[in-house]
Amino acid sequence: MKISRQDVEYVARLARLTLEPEELELMTGQMDAILGYVDKLNELNTEGIEPTAHAVPMANAFRADEIKASIGIERALQNAPRADGGCFKVPKVIE
Amino acid sequence: MAFEQMTIAEMRRELQAGRVTAVELTRACLERVEATDEQLNAFITVCAEEALAVAAEADRRIAGGEAAPLLGIPLAVKDIFNVTDLPTTCGSKILANYISPYTATAVARLTAQGAIIVGKLNMDEFAMGSSNENSAAGPVKNPWNLERIPGGSSGGSAAAVAARQVVAALGTDTGGSIRQPASHCGIVGLKPTYGRVSRYGVIAYASSLDQVGPLAGSVEDCAVLLSAIAGYDPADSTSVDCPVPDYLATLKSGVAGKKIGLPREYFIEGLDPDVKRAVAEAIEVYRSLGAEIVEVSLPHTDYSVACYYLIATAEASSNLARYDGVRFGARKDSGQGLIGMYQQTRAAGFGAEVKRRIMLGTYALSSGYYDAYYLKAQKVRTLVRQDFLDAFAQVDLLLTPVAPTPAFKIGEKVNDPLQMYLSDIFTIPVNLAGTCALSLPCGVSSEGLPIGLQLIGQPFAEADILQAAYAFEEATDWGGRVPELG
Repeated sequence: MKISRQDVEYVARLARLTLEPEELELMTGQMDAILGYVDKLNELNTEGIEPTAHAVPMANAFRADEIKASIGIERALQNAPRADGGCFKVPKVIE
Repeated sequence: MAFEQMTIAEMRRELQAGRVTAVELTRACLERVEATDEQLNAFITVCAEEALAVAAEADRRIAGGEAAPLLGIPLAVKDIFNVTDLPTTCGSKILANYISPYTATAVARLTAQGAIIVGKLNMDEFAMGSSNENSAAGPVKNPWNLERIPGGSSGGSAAAVAARQVVAALGTDTGGSIRQPASHCGIVGLKPTYGRVSRYGVIAYASSLDQVGPLAGSVEDCAVLLSAIAGYDPADSTSVDCPVPDYLATLKSGVAGKKIGLPREYFIEGLDPDVKRAVAEAIEVYRSLGAEIVEVSLPHTDYSVACYYLIATAEASSNLARYDGVRFGARKDSGQGLIGMYQQTRAAGFGAEVKRRIMLGTYALSSGYYDAYYLKAQKVRTLVRQDFLDAFAQVDLLLTPVAPTPAFKIGEKVNDPLQMYLSDIFTIPVNLAGTCALSLPCGVSSEGLPIGLQLIGQPFAEADILQAAYAFEEATDWGGRVPELG
């Protein structure tokens, strides 16, 4: 086994996902199969090979620090599940 | 001339000659959607009223002497593109009520010319899938056979164009999501070089791989759309600031003297016999047109799928962290605090494939596994990319199949994600290398399903593959076929 049910529960917590017991079962089996498959990368010796994060080599993108109009508070809040006083409203953070 | 038989160039000619108006074209387009979409399910949103208003404006501009290539042409875009005041669901329940506050640059460039957006097209949820079965809006049907998948993730875009609900559409391609559905639906689909087209306003899946591109009924129409959308955008700092050539100027120059490479790793056992035959015939067409055919090697091809499903899922797990029920999306909250709200919102909003990829990506990035999975995959990506650079030192372009088989049956692979992933073997390497490629029709299977040919070009050499594709389209009868729909 590449991954246990406990590992999958742990990763689900990291990913902020609640998985039902059946989902957890299925996910463990599927992740195990996929991780078993991707193990084939270990057939390759990659010592001394630079990682590629980006296919097109590019330097940092700089621009002038100019003030421009934004979409505005109303637009920014238009899809908020809950909003109040020009802010996004969330459940209580500190108990 | 019937709407479903016209190319963009023909529509433009008719519009400019005053033989048809943009409003009439748009009405014909909407009628075609109305008549066929119950069968296909290609559209998630149809915006008839808005489209007709824009069409009326296009008619005024035409009357005023304007003649931009897309002025008055009805088009549609994958539901991953934001368009101001229209819903953008990205095929997900989590964005069911989301209304875009702004417009993607690629779409803005189409509408700036006067193109008319008639609607938003179905897709695999968050562009994750190869069959369009992972959509909250339900599966899309292949117009050539309603029991088959159209391919994915831009399955709605490909089906809509194949059925000529629209003459052309925009899609996105992260591991083959334009080319594979184009191949399965018998149309032309182009994935430009990474950085060629702005992704501003396009919902992110895997940011080092995602690219916007056109799907159309002909090579020329693809070139027209690419000309409109290509080029640097200050709003996307990964778009590349290099000149955009005139794709139409070189389109008809032929392939005589061009060196076309056949990567031996793409002509493997397990390739469907019909696909093998159609691609072999295509190679002979190119030979007869004066191209030189040589065998080349891309030795790390077999590692591409494994490499991709680590990099893409890692990036997806990070990109999709934003769907937390705070700023947008359907919140689910049973009073178990902020973390509980995140977990419930995401559990209720995401479909199975999206959850699977978030989980894989989170695992690959997690403490203790980062080096073994994510970093290892990035190193293998360097090898895959180097394969292409080495091949392009010997040849002008590469010719391969797009998919190992024609479109499979709806439901055939849903229970085996790994098998589904492996069907992307010929398209994924191009995204890892960041170069450009297109799919064009080159035959049909014994069951009457379209087969696609992939032409892979050097970075930023979209003009070369369009030119080679045009030569093939002119020399054969495979382009421009439209299925009969009941």
